[in-house]
Amino acid sequence: MKVLVAIKRVIDYAVPVRVRPDKAGVEALLPKLSMNPFCEIALEEAVRLKERGVAAEVVAVSVGPPHFQDTLRTALAMGADRAVHVPLTAEVVALQAAAAAGGGEGGAGAGGAAAAASSESPLQPLGVARVLAALAGREGAGLVLLGKQAIDDDCNQTGQMLAGLLGWPQATFASKLELELGGKGSGGGAAAAAAAARVTREVDGGLEVLSLPLPAVVTADLRLNTPRFVTLPAMMRAKKRPIESAPLESLGLSPADVAPALALLRVEEPPARAAGTRVGGVEELVRRLREEARVL
Amino acid sequence: ASTLLYVEHNGEGAVAPATLSAAAAANQHLPGQLEALVCGSGDTVKRAAEAAARLPGVSKVWLASDASLAHPLAETHAHLLSSLATKQKPSHVLAASTAQGRNVLPRAAALLATQPVTDVVKIVDDNTFVRPIYAGNAFATVQYRPPPAIRVVTVRPTAFPLDQTAAAAAAGSSAASPAAPVEPVPPELLAPLAGLPAAKWESADVRSTGRPELGSAKVVVCGGRALKSAENFAMLEQLADLLGGAVGASRAAVDAGYVANDLQVGQTGKVVAPDLYIGVGISGAIQHLAGMKDSRTIVAINNDGEAPIFSVADYGLEADLFKAVPELIEAVKKAKQQ
Repeated sequence: MKVLVAIKRVIDYAVPVRVRPDKAGVEALLPKLSMNPFCEIALEEAVRLKERGVAAEVVAVSVGPPHFQDTLRTALAMGADRAVHVPLTAEVVALQAAAAAGGGEGGAGAGGAAAAASSESPLQPLGVARVLAALAGREGAGLVLLGKQAIDDDCNQTGQMLAGLLGWPQATFASKLELELGGKGSGGGAAAAAAAARVTREVDGGLEVLSLPLPAVVTADLRLNTPRFVTLPAMMRAKKRPIESAPLESLGLSPADVAPALALLRVEEPPARAAGTRVGGVEELVRRLREEARVL
Repeated sequence: ASTLLYVEHNGEGAVAPATLSAAAAANQHLPGQLEALVCGSGDTVKRAAEAAARLPGVSKVWLASDASLAHPLAETHAHLLSSLATKQKPSHVLAASTAQGRNVLPRAAALLATQPVTDVVKIVDDNTFVRPIYAGNAFATVQYRPPPAIRVVTVRPTAFPLDQTAAAAAAGSSAASPAAPVEPVPPELLAPLAGLPAAKWESADVRSTGRPELGSAKVVVCGGRALKSAENFAMLEQLADLLGGAVGASRAAVDAGYVANDLQVGQTGKVVAPDLYIGVGISGAIQHLAGMKDSRTIVAINNDGEAPIFSVADYGLEADLFKAVPELIEAVKKAKQQ
């Protein structure tokens, strides 16, 4: 069975961000971009499936600007067999700029689009899901693994939308994944064919277990696994390996299919909290919670 | 213009508190009538539909009762939600941004070929919404352009407080608004569900603690690794019970195995915004702050005066938690008696 893993590049989780003075987006205080942590967990799970002999091939895919290839190299170093990059054409970036600049705040919007083109992916989840659906079909994937959300836009949509577009079963927020084996794989080479995926999901109030007939889409939550450390030699070897480029047209998609539906009008700081005070003891705390804050 | 609300309900036929917030958001900020869709099977879904019919502002309830809808599976629920939306043509399809809403709504949006807007904290107008990005370190205002026929939106429950009628409806009081008509969805919408490739529901491990749900509790008492053991969390449970609140934890406390994963508050866990948040032995890593800093009143108890949580706390108490918490429990008991 072939496993497809979607990868996004984001500002590193440890780097603080601040809102840009022109309110067109955020800027990182350090220029460090990394694989989205939830994508990393999804990829680790796929590589472990291969190591257990359940997956025949792990294909990492990413949609975005040229520098997203750096993160695909990390994916190869972590154990992906192949990497596919769907580059954004100038036409797609222009569509994004048009959407961002369409309102009465043209200057800021255009600036935002330029920033988006330089570091972030200007795509929105529906567009990414359409690309991934085309790739899942082309590759004949039996399982698509994604992170539950990207830590930049925090959308938490792509996996669910991909499953909807494909008409496949889905399990979001997975904290455990087991593949139940069927007979010998027909197209999977040495690996046995998986018949179903048994997924434990994190839901409000506890856990839920689902059994998914394959092919299916699974999105990874934090506790699914702890991704491995990428060694320098692995990274060096990955640098020599090819990354396939799969332009939109080759997937039967047009720039309009991935055009943003939402314009970003502005980005603002969260409301600041007034400075608090220290209290001398429990007695003072309780008195002030009753008299000032009126919450007791 | 009208809104179709996706209703979440528990196993006993009551509407989820988060859905009440979503209904309040629709009533206060979205134009036109509010219709509700309740999916499930058997007696439970009937009772949930009757409860939904008494929600303020709801003018009609669509009841979808089918064996394939018994568990909230995204495959069947999203299919039905999107087919009803295609038939009824609401301007907005709305749900609360809970684990269930986040699972179902984006899939329904894909079936409607619409880009959804999730986790909305402010509705500016029909097409314009504010949502947190970068774990709440920034707020983005986004706008549909051009507006699609159907806008698919999930709202963060803590950002849309209930009015009193909604709270009465939630409590099942008959003093709530009069019941709206309940109509079964057309059978042709249910027919395709049985044949869908869908997950099979196997089991759930949902612990009932008798405490309010973390995401909608008015009081949240959170503990960190400084609690040192699962047993010591009992102290926080006692405090939470006195205050009618829920217990939460930092990621460090969850990773140390002191409490279950579903109690984690933070960027990757639950977002809480109670009237009163009490952080005990929590240093205030940025990932935790992202999940609680919209709380109305924040209390921090920590023996490290330099802990970052003090920078967001309204009331900071620099003290040994093993002395301060029992004292606090006694003081709250005394205050309650007065």
